[in-house]
Amino acid sequence: MFYIHCPYCQEYREEEEFHPRGQGHLMRPADPDNATDEEWGDYLFFRDNPRGIHHELWVHSVGCRKFFNITRNTVTYEILETYPMGEQPTITAESEKLRKEQGVQTADGGWQTIGAQPDSRALNEEISS
Amino acid sequence: MSNASAREFNTVPAGNPGVESPLAWSYRQQKVSSPASAGVVLREKALLGHMVLRGGAIVLDEAVRQVLGMSLPAKPNTITRDEAGERSIQWISPDEWLVIVPGGEEFDLEHRLRESLGDAHFSIVNVSGGQTVLMLAGDHAREVLMKTVSFDVHPSAFPVGKGVTTIFAKATVVLRRASETEWELVIRRSFADYCYRWLLDAASEYGVDSQ
Repeated sequence: MFYIHCPYCQEYREEEEFHPRGQGHLMRPADPDNATDEEWGDYLFFRDNPRGIHHELWVHSVGCRKFFNITRNTVTYEILETYPMGEQPTITAESEKLRKEQGVQTADGGWQTIGAQPDSRALNEEISS
Repeated sequence: MSNASAREFNTVPAGNPGVESPLAWSYRQQKVSSPASAGVVLREKALLGHMVLRGGAIVLDEAVRQVLGMSLPAKPNTITRDEAGERSIQWISPDEWLVIVPGGEEFDLEHRLRESLGDAHFSIVNVSGGQTVLMLAGDHAREVLMKTVSFDVHPSAFPVGKGVTTIFAKATVVLRRASETEWELVIRRSFADYCYRWLLDAASEYGVDSQ
């Protein structure tokens, strides 16, 4: 079982309360009438399937019932951060690559979930059991 | 959307319609037990007025202060109560609150809230018929909840005045800590019998006083 931090309830909840809804940050074509078939096809049917960092849309279906984003590592299942709708991730595939190149070791376990806001440092701390 | 009078409808018919709680059938099916040394006490707070308020926090807070004399809980997962403890407002989601008032008050309250909110962007839904409140108390109430809900019910994680929507057995519940010794469970009408029987079964090892 995962503990997932809901950015709206502002606390950790059981994975059971959540539901994944696929890739996050999908943009509907801005001008639908003039979008090409390819643009529509990409929007409707084609999804990323990366090995590593992935940004996903999840819903806190038993709880506040709000949608939010999760940055997740598809290899380790590690949840790197959760952030509300409309915000951009602070951790991306590029930033993770940069960390590795600069030789910064990724913390394990302790920072499993961090909020997107700079002031949510407290979330980095281990949850007391 | 908010022109009040056109959209109001009192769902309670005039006269004495003889309403029954969602658990009426369960009570008839189950033998009532009240052992002297019950570790768990289960009571229904039947036929209260439940309302779901949706909209912006600031406008709703103003209206609720004016009409009910209470503030809207601003922090997630918290509840505010009036002094008598009879009326409560619970944070459900960033734009949704659950208001519970004594039965019979809900239609008048809805009317006054609509008047006060005027043309603001909001929604008020009377859900009194859709859910009921169970009260769980006794020395072993927390143990019963520990094997029932996935949320951590230890006092350090669940202080008095907190309320969460979470999983209850195979259904869902709005779990509220009313006082040090009392828990409130807001359950769906259609799951009421299931939840009630689950609680009787889960509490049977401690002895359960169920009315």
